Amino acid sequence: MSLIDWQGYRCTDFYDELLAAPGQPRPAARDLCGILAGFSPQDLAERKAAAEIAIQTMGITFTVYSEGSMIDRAWPFDIVPRIIPADEWRRTEAGLKQRVEALNLFIDDLYHDQRIIKDRVLPAEVLAQSVNFRPQCRGIDPPHHVWAHICGSDLVRDGDGTLYVLEDNLRVPSGVSYMLENRNVTKRVLPEVFATGRILPVDDYCAQLYDMLASLSPRPYDEPRVVVLTPGIYNSAYYEHAYLAQQMGVELVQGSDLVVDDDDIVYMRTIEGLTRVDVIYRRIDDLFLDPEVFNPDSTLGVAGLMRAWRSGKVALANAPGAGVADDKVVYAFVPRIIEYYLDQKPILPNVPSYLCMFEEDRKYVLEHLDELVVKPANESGGYGMLIGPRATPGQRAEFAERIKADPRNYMAQPTLDLSTAPTLCDGGTEARHVDLRPFILSGTDIQVTTGGLTRVALVKDSLVVNSSQGGGSKDTWIVETDGE
Amino acid sequence: MLSRVAENLYWMARYIERAEDTARLVSVNSHLLLDLPHQTALGWSTLIDITGGDELFDKKYDRRSEKNVVHFLCVEPDNPGSILSSLAGARENLRTTRDVVSREIWELINELYLEVRDQAESGLTPRRRDAFLKRVIRGCQTLTGVIEGTLSHLSAKTFIELGRHLERADMTTRILDVRSGNLLPKDPEELRPFEHLQWMSVLKSLTGYQMYRQQVRLRVRGPDVLRFLLQNQHFPRAVARSLEALAWELQSLPRHDRALAAAALVRADVLEADMQALARSTDELHAFIDELQIGFNTLHEAIVTTYFARLEDTPRGLLHGGEATIAEEDDED
Repeated sequence: MSLIDWQGYRCTDFYDELLAAPGQPRPAARDLCGILAGFSPQDLAERKAAAEIAIQTMGITFTVYSEGSMIDRAWPFDIVPRIIPADEWRRTEAGLKQRVEALNLFIDDLYHDQRIIKDRVLPAEVLAQSVNFRPQCRGIDPPHHVWAHICGSDLVRDGDGTLYVLEDNLRVPSGVSYMLENRNVTKRVLPEVFATGRILPVDDYCAQLYDMLASLSPRPYDEPRVVVLTPGIYNSAYYEHAYLAQQMGVELVQGSDLVVDDDDIVYMRTIEGLTRVDVIYRRIDDLFLDPEVFNPDSTLGVAGLMRAWRSGKVALANAPGAGVADDKVVYAFVPRIIEYYLDQKPILPNVPSYLCMFEEDRKYVLEHLDELVVKPANESGGYGMLIGPRATPGQRAEFAERIKADPRNYMAQPTLDLSTAPTLCDGGTEARHVDLRPFILSGTDIQVTTGGLTRVALVKDSLVVNSSQGGGSKDTWIVETDGE
Repeated sequence: MLSRVAENLYWMARYIERAEDTARLVSVNSHLLLDLPHQTALGWSTLIDITGGDELFDKKYDRRSEKNVVHFLCVEPDNPGSILSSLAGARENLRTTRDVVSREIWELINELYLEVRDQAESGLTPRRRDAFLKRVIRGCQTLTGVIEGTLSHLSAKTFIELGRHLERADMTTRILDVRSGNLLPKDPEELRPFEHLQWMSVLKSLTGYQMYRQQVRLRVRGPDVLRFLLQNQHFPRAVARSLEALAWELQSLPRHDRALAAAALVRADVLEADMQALARSTDELHAFIDELQIGFNTLHEAIVTTYFARLEDTPRGLLHGGEATIAEEDDED
């Protein structure tokens, strides 16, 4: 007798990623659902324990820093994978490539002629008030004219099954190491499903990342020296920094390991002496990169790094200033940005957005605060948001005043019915909300991870997928079907 | 390999060795004093001189009593050379570089540090002291074993070995200096009856008694013990042996000329010394050990400037050697 009873699985309130209806797995999930349903309670307990042991022994952790001490927590993981059919994924992949290509053209334009503003597609005030626009980057031509080399876009699926882009992370997106490790764990835990041979592999990422980074080198004829620059062990993503450096076989450096000489060349201090660095995959925010140019108190960065970058003697990924397109107000313009630069219709839709800077939109938002999610333009991690349907009338009134006082800083979206996926809970599987973060690499060409990192809100009915707040993750399978 | 990583590993190894050898130092003194007649009131005071902590000690304590000295050497957080500070130093240095070594090493250091910290006060009573010191020595030896058994012999290991051998050579001479301060009679006739016992204690504190007997096969005599601990080529805690191992490690590194020359110089000093003369005179032994320590320091400076050099003068933070102690609030996990 199995604990997993797909007939009794409650999946009718939201779009479910694995089941079309109770007892009816979607075609791509048929093999998996069948195998899971065949597990005895003991089988299931053993698989779950095996995953926990694998995570411990592989040392997959994330860091929580609280009350002055650092805690490495085991990565929360659910063994039931999330499945996307390959044909749907191919369309999504094309949409992501299109989007990132346009975003890079957009960023390059903003730091050069600003045609998009002159042509009145983007209002000048959007740029004027952007906190992530770096005037220091104007006129710079990074290799391949690419600014956002690594992009993590968050996708969510609404009640009718449409995949929307929720946001684009163009500064220092994280999570890819967990995507890779989730696959390693799942292979150990559910090897029999992989035997069907229809699950596309994910493990090229680090090689692709290295090749892309190496292609940025100012000395292409020599073997390029690539490094990963981390703020250090107290950063919550330190595990990932160390992981990527290890997988690419490059040094993991801190700001104090690097030095920029008067010749604008970046060196790292090694036991062999000073060694030239060509490409820096930096996991430090713009404002901490270089105390000569940005925050003068920063001890995380490297004095002179911007000089070196401007003179083309080192490549930075992502380029400083790429975050200008990572802004919730700019986000609302992305469909127009795609049409403007590529003359194409967007393949992936944006979540409909209302910009409070426009009078008509603002009026709508203020009248429908109880239905909308209102977000400030430049906060991340869900800070400073109003979730209209869950707020009190007092909170909504207060938020209305904030919007009126600073309309450029707010945008609103309808609340989405996020899709669910079956997740192992006490005594069986239950539906939990999920999102998806694929990673897009841009160098001479554009590559998208096969799937991405699926994050899951482990708490019933919760929409919060952050690992620090009760979120977990799942392996993401792109599965070939026979065109059913 | 990054200079920062190399430097952290070098210091980690020095701190582990320092913790172990400080435990040995306290242990040998405890045992020696039990064997001596009571007039040797200076017994504990010389340990402070030998470890170079005079000024700090006198600021913190009113008297050089056994209790105060043991506390200062074992668990005083303000003493950068105390066992507790050394283990904290090893742990802090590894914390930032833990992904270059095996996970077991980090876990062991962490565990040992926390245990010593928790026993800091209760472990020092005369009755429990021996067990406490043994635990420290065993813990450090376990670490050395795990490093040996799990780490590939590449640059990371090389810097660990450099730190360990240099610290060991240095600490072996300091332990011998206890002998010079405490035990060599000003009037050679005075303490003759105890001499045999005392030299035996020195050997035992360095776990060298059995090895000595195997190799020397004579009754334990001063010049032979000194020769064994300074010049022996086989005993792992002998100064010449440590320096030779260090020189061998250095040869695998690039740009080793200066450091290797410094190591050769101090090694020659050790090998050319006249053991008979040193065994006869407290002052001569003490002066000789001072000379060796200057040599160790030159060697250390050569390693630092060759491999860890910083271009700008970043203030030396908490993570590196000597002066700094470790922030106390950061010790919870």
